[in-house]
Amino acid sequence: MTAYQPDDLIRTDIRAYLAQHEQKSLLRFITCGSVDDGKSTLIGRLLYDSKQIFEDQLTALEADSKRVGTQGQAIDFALLVDGLAAEREQGITIDVAYRFFATEKRKFIVADTPGHEQYTRNMVTGASTADLAVILVDARKGVLTQTRRHSFLAHLLGVRNIVLAINKMDLVHYDRAVFDRIRLAYRAFASEIGVTDFKAIPVSGLNGDNIAAPTQNMAWYEGPTLIEHLETVPVDADREARGPFRLPVQWVNRPNLDFRGFAGTIAAGAVRPGDAVRIVPSGRTTTVDRIVTFDGDLNEARAGQSVTVTLAEEVDCSRGDVIAAAGDPPETADQFEATIVWMADEPMLPGRAYVLQLGTQTASATLRTPKYQVNVNTLEQTAARTLELNAIGVATLALDRPIVFEPYEKSRELGGFILIDKGTNATVAAGMIRFALRRAANVHRQHLDVTRERRAGLKNQRPAVLWFTGLSGAGKSTIANLVETKLARMNRHTFLLDGDNVRHGLNRDLGFTDADRVENIRRVGEVARLMTDAGLIVLTAFISPFRAERDLVRQLMAPGEFVEVHVDTTLAAAEARDVKGLYAKARGGQLANFTGIDSPYEAPEAPDLHVDTATESAEDAAERIVRWLLEREEA
Amino acid sequence: MNHLDRLEAESIHIIREVAAVAQKPVMLYSIGKDSAVMLHLARKAFFPAPPPFPLLHVDTTWKFRAMYALREKAAADAGMELIVHQNPDAKARGINPFDHGSLHTDLWKTEGLKQALDAGGFDAAFGGARRDEEKARAKERIFSFRTATHRWDPKAQRPELWHLYNARHAKGESMRVFPLSNWTELDVWQYIARERIEIVPLYFAAPRPTVVRDGLLLMVDDDRFPLAPGEVPVDRSIRFRTLGCYPLTGAVESEAATLDDVIREMLLTTTSERQGRAIDKEAGASMELKKQAGYF
Repeated sequence: MTAYQPDDLIRTDIRAYLAQHEQKSLLRFITCGSVDDGKSTLIGRLLYDSKQIFEDQLTALEADSKRVGTQGQAIDFALLVDGLAAEREQGITIDVAYRFFATEKRKFIVADTPGHEQYTRNMVTGASTADLAVILVDARKGVLTQTRRHSFLAHLLGVRNIVLAINKMDLVHYDRAVFDRIRLAYRAFASEIGVTDFKAIPVSGLNGDNIAAPTQNMAWYEGPTLIEHLETVPVDADREARGPFRLPVQWVNRPNLDFRGFAGTIAAGAVRPGDAVRIVPSGRTTTVDRIVTFDGDLNEARAGQSVTVTLAEEVDCSRGDVIAAAGDPPETADQFEATIVWMADEPMLPGRAYVLQLGTQTASATLRTPKYQVNVNTLEQTAARTLELNAIGVATLALDRPIVFEPYEKSRELGGFILIDKGTNATVAAGMIRFALRRAANVHRQHLDVTRERRAGLKNQRPAVLWFTGLSGAGKSTIANLVETKLARMNRHTFLLDGDNVRHGLNRDLGFTDADRVENIRRVGEVARLMTDAGLIVLTAFISPFRAERDLVRQLMAPGEFVEVHVDTTLAAAEARDVKGLYAKARGGQLANFTGIDSPYEAPEAPDLHVDTATESAEDAAERIVRWLLEREEA
Repeated sequence: MNHLDRLEAESIHIIREVAAVAQKPVMLYSIGKDSAVMLHLARKAFFPAPPPFPLLHVDTTWKFRAMYALREKAAADAGMELIVHQNPDAKARGINPFDHGSLHTDLWKTEGLKQALDAGGFDAAFGGARRDEEKARAKERIFSFRTATHRWDPKAQRPELWHLYNARHAKGESMRVFPLSNWTELDVWQYIARERIEIVPLYFAAPRPTVVRDGLLLMVDDDRFPLAPGEVPVDRSIRFRTLGCYPLTGAVESEAATLDDVIREMLLTTTSERQGRAIDKEAGASMELKKQAGYF
């Protein structure tokens, strides 16, 4: 075995070598396949054949191969790429890893993703930045379920260049008939999912056939080797350079009063000083004054470059806005149909508010119940009420404000988004916008002459939502009733929304699953909001166990109008009281998803008012709440 | 765009993103060549303004003298505040690389770093690590989430798609951000040459006083270096492929005195870059364990 063998030009003319190397382009690709397909072996082989492995690494590899390798005394290339200690022991890869190698023509970044259960999440991540996908097939097995899954995911993420690497040809006697059969089977399947073009290459990762060099073992194959193909295939980045100019503003650079630059990475198109641009969503137009860089001003900048532009006029423009070609700006909308890939253990909750990040924009987003889920193995569309880890579905996405977007098919940068859980801050989903359902431009709120201030003024009061939350049996309804009675005596216009009552009417179609509980609270929140618009003081008595939903309701209201009242009692005390006999039923297994028993209660972290039922009577608490409310009116 | 342009644009994007979303970012500056490139990229990202965050050097008091000299100059040239932190505990206990082995790295670097980040209330720290350096790094995200105790959990990493980085975190938690994740050693050297970035002269060969210890060729940089009775440092033409604490950093014998020479030698060499660092010679998975404990 020989290690790294440097190029002769390095010895003879380093300047020439560097000049040549500097002009290389970059291709990012992903390899898809399971351990059994020989994927790690193939990547190890690519690194080895492109001379990326140093002597000390080779020594370590030889030692490791003998100790834990699967190739007897021969080198186990898979050990080169299996990274973390845990997975070395288990013989699996658990995450996305990135590898780097270069040939004389190109540099490559390989996203290596594992082939087991976490597959969808990892592959989608790796494919999101890939220009090309290498799909591995074991020549002995042909096109399998997982081959379909890999191809579907690569296509879904917008990877247009597909290589079908038919591996382990050495184990089928380098038989041309095997290769042809698999290639044709794949073609039939590929056209079903919209893959119109792919390159099939017969290889042996173990022996190196058709990896870097053509092989006498398959003289019947006349196409390029895998590396030749990777070196010459057109790069996706060039595609982005066409199309109208888009610069999502990332950072406003304002070192002093004389300079105001808008910094960001150009998502599409090109720009020159003097070009007419439109700021989206505001719609203001102006022209580009300068393209400023550390190395001097530029006459032109293109997609992929990170630049700073200044504008001819002082216009409002900040992070999240998009500076676009004036004649061909992107659209804005606040409702979309999107493909969602769920990436968290906790399933998607329709109606829950998540943080959406798209380009440099952030918004609060809720998903409706999925229209359907796609079975990635059969490509069948099936009904779904939620999406679980690694599930892919299509759903309506509703935002709290319009964002600038393009369909994912047109732009990865302005069409791809992530969803983040507001409580844990984990990235729970990736999504791709298919199309806008309601263009924001067409949805104007109807202007009303009688304002909410006027309505409140007529009632001589300040609207509020007193949101009582706590365990079942804590005394929420009792206290809320007392508060409403006292307020009515003072001529305040009030309305009490009670959990049990609402479930008899407005929400009678909802059950007690987590998803239904979220929808229950969302509807109550919207009703409460309409009532505050009408000028009322609203009291609500709902267990409302999830912090995220209470926060969502708080955001619906005007600042300061949402008053969270935590009616705090221990589970033991509530259970001992058990006014409605529900705890007994839940303990007896007759009642599922009961808060405190088999469904969690997330106590408020900083409630506006806190009632400890162990130390304060309902009457005293009601009195204190009313006093607090009156002081608030005067403030 | 060639590959260096693409790498540069990606790094600038990452650096700007942190400035836009973090409450209080800081850039770890180790004075090595990767730090030099990262600092240069930060200057480009915010030109004509200086980068809107300070530099932080977690000092062990055992760096090469030439490194301290460049540290002050680089910060001044960039117009950035320079914070230097030395772990007072390690100082009080007189922790040094000669007597204390791995405790030296643990206290001065790992603990020192955590102290400095906590003291400054920094919620995002840039580091110059590259994925090609080591197997554990190949799996780490560009935005790498750390718990309130600075721990990294390789199994609970956030998926990182497109160029979208989730930097949200609770109070006390933080992000380590690696703008050079996708650079290789050759990329770094080529970029230094292309952009004419100033680096510590120790990367270039010159006659320097040396002794050999445990197979490492060490430079006697000051009189704290304990010599055996009768031992006399020998002048050899040496240079360094990575820079750290001088008693822990092995030199290579070399005549490469210019950038072209260094790059040629790097391309002709048959061992990987981190081989000269004592810290990486321990068990194969040691870097992963150190990272979990909060090491950069």
